[in-house]
Amino acid sequence: MSDTLTIDGKEIPYRPGQTIMDAAMAAGVYIPHLCHNPEFKPHGSCKLCMVNVNGRNVASCTMPAASGMTVLNDTPELNGARRSLLQMLFAEGNHLCPVCERSGNCHLQALAYYLGMTNPHYVQFYPSREVDASHPDVLLDRNRCIMCELCVRASSEVDGKDVFGLSGRGIQTRLVVNAPTGLLGDSALAVSDKAVQVCPTGALLIKRQGYRVPVGRRMFDHKPISVVQTEGGHD
Amino acid sequence: MAFELESAAHPENLKRVVIEPVTRVEGHGKVTLLLDEDNRVHQARFHIVEFRGFEKFIQGRPYWEVPVLVQRLCGICPVSHHLAASKAMDMIVGARLTPTAEKLRRLMHFGQILQSHALHFYYLASPDLLFGFDSDVARRNIVGVAAAYPEIARQGVALRRYGQEVIRITAGKRVHGTGSIPGGVNKNLSMEERDTLLKEIDDMIAWSQGAVELVKKVYGGRPDFHNGFGYFRSSFMSLVREDGALDLYHGGLRARDEHGQTIFDHVDYTHYWDYIHEEVKPWSYMKFPFIRSKGREEGWYRVGPLARVNNCDLIPTPLAEAERKAFKAFGGGSALHATLAYHWARMIEMLHCVEGIKELLHDPDLLGDDLVTQGQRGFRGVGVIEAPRGTLIHHYRVDEDDLIVRANLIVSTTHNNQAMNEAVRQVALQYLDGQNLTEGLLNYIEVAIRAFDPCLSCATHALGQMPLEVELQDAAGQVVDRLARNGGGETAR
Ligand code: SF4
Repeated sequence: MSDTLTIDGKEIPYRPGQTIMDAAMAAGVYIPHLCHNPEFKPHGSCKLCMVNVNGRNVASCTMPAASGMTVLNDTPELNGARRSLLQMLFAEGNHLCPVCERSGNCHLQALAYYLGMTNPHYVQFYPSREVDASHPDVLLDRNRCIMCELCVRASSEVDGKDVFGLSGRGIQTRLVVNAPTGLLGDSALAVSDKAVQVCPTGALLIKRQGYRVPVGRRMFDHKPISVVQTEGGHD
Repeated sequence: MAFELESAAHPENLKRVVIEPVTRVEGHGKVTLLLDEDNRVHQARFHIVEFRGFEKFIQGRPYWEVPVLVQRLCGICPVSHHLAASKAMDMIVGARLTPTAEKLRRLMHFGQILQSHALHFYYLASPDLLFGFDSDVARRNIVGVAAAYPEIARQGVALRRYGQEVIRITAGKRVHGTGSIPGGVNKNLSMEERDTLLKEIDDMIAWSQGAVELVKKVYGGRPDFHNGFGYFRSSFMSLVREDGALDLYHGGLRARDEHGQTIFDHVDYTHYWDYIHEEVKPWSYMKFPFIRSKGREEGWYRVGPLARVNNCDLIPTPLAEAERKAFKAFGGGSALHATLAYHWARMIEMLHCVEGIKELLHDPDLLGDDLVTQGQRGFRGVGVIEAPRGTLIHHYRVDEDDLIVRANLIVSTTHNNQAMNEAVRQVALQYLDGQNLTEGLLNYIEVAIRAFDPCLSCATHALGQMPLEVELQDAAGQVVDRLARNGGGETAR
């Protein structure tokens, strides 16, 4: 058997060891995702990349590609489920896109556009979450954190610092900072760390840079996330 | 003055009339009148019933977010809030703006005032002025104006759209853009954008001149009526340039009293609280600011187009300056105090804006690349600007971590609070006292309020005819009469 699988009827090749997501990305086929970033180990938590393989829904970022797989990706059912997942993410945080400095450059927002999310649908939780501005150059706004752990992985795998972690359960889950005070300013984080660059939303930001890029020149102003990410732009 | 009408001595014996919501203004307001058996007015108040805890809301947010965040205060003059906050944040980052940045902000602000003044004049005020205050209510709206005066309506729409286009090009979006940032702006003007705007500018100037002429004609047609309508004298406050010229973007504070005497001049606005205090009254959410040196009772004043055109020594563009002179000559060389003179002054300003836009479009600095600067970090920022409706004050404290710890905003309409109440009382005394209430008569009150173009909230649901309900209650609170106007403008008892 040759090393190919089909996604929505299109045959694409894969190399042994690749996941469905890896193979799709390499072939320029877009599968929506949030917690996945090809530079880091798959996480499989956001479930946005859910696809249907031979009748079963699986996370494409963790599922190894296998020969002859029949994968459904861009279907109304899957996109509807993805939309619901997104709506839940919006409901459990505090997202004010129109005033957010990440607007136009935000993966969460761009995905919401891509999947046609036109309303919040769920009752907003309005949780009380802390802003940590103690670091001279980095702002942590937990209101916009989606617990994807990209910063956790980057800090540990690339920066070798373990600055971030998740703590608490369920709706109480919070991004915590590895410092005696629990404050970013007392942690080992540096503004040049990979952890600061990978946040897909506006939770971790470099200070004083907000709104520097005018409307019209932001990452997703002219191209949807499906095009930006299949062209290789991830951050 | 009709100060005595603020509180009736024995309200328990009086009938209560409520006008709510006041229509063709931005946001939500209500007027209450207390009348006796003979329909004589004993108390008149204009209440602001909306409350937005914005000052609390922005606490704990990073300072660079504020210029974008505060725009949500208002859907009608968001750019003014955007710029006032940016000016305050310039102090936080210690910036002295580059010429490119300052001129782009000025251009954006001209666009804002143009669109706001055009909206107010053509959509909200012209029905009263063209048809008469108690004319057929079904026609007294922008649709009626479009039917009777299609060319005027068309120009109004075009002027407003042009203002929005200036905003879109400089701020990135027609509403709630991001063009201005602490220390400068995030984009310059491309040659293409400049040429697009230049193409139509001469029409805009011609039509703005036409608007000034129109107000002059209406006003001059019945000078005694228009001068006397809701008439009272007051102090005026506005920003002026160093040479005393009208400046909508920056300057020192000037206040003159009802006789034209200077109260203060060229005041550094970063110390505004040495000159202005705010009083809270239990019956309104809006604070009542007053000039400290004149005290709580006498210290109230007016801001906005009338204050600015009266207060300045010149307008730095030729056509508007000629109109200012004509305006002044009409007042016999001194300030005009008439409530309806606001409309006239507003159109002179609109003319100034389009002239100013043209001047800026020919300035090569707008195409420059030097957009942002910074200097020594500060912790207190005050930004003051002349918004369409008057002086707008933003004041912030920022901590070491870059977060807002305190904010105080005095918006234009708040300065005019006492003055609007004064206008309501005057009109109530002049036209309603002892009369049977009709929709037309109640509109007289609204006409007086509307002259100030009050922006009562961020809600922008004001286009067209708003539903309005007036109830007449007797002293026991029983409804004796009821007049209702539906969304289509029809009135029924
Ligand atoms: S982080 Fe993204 S989704 Fe959240 S408010 Fe900002 S732009 Fe919107």
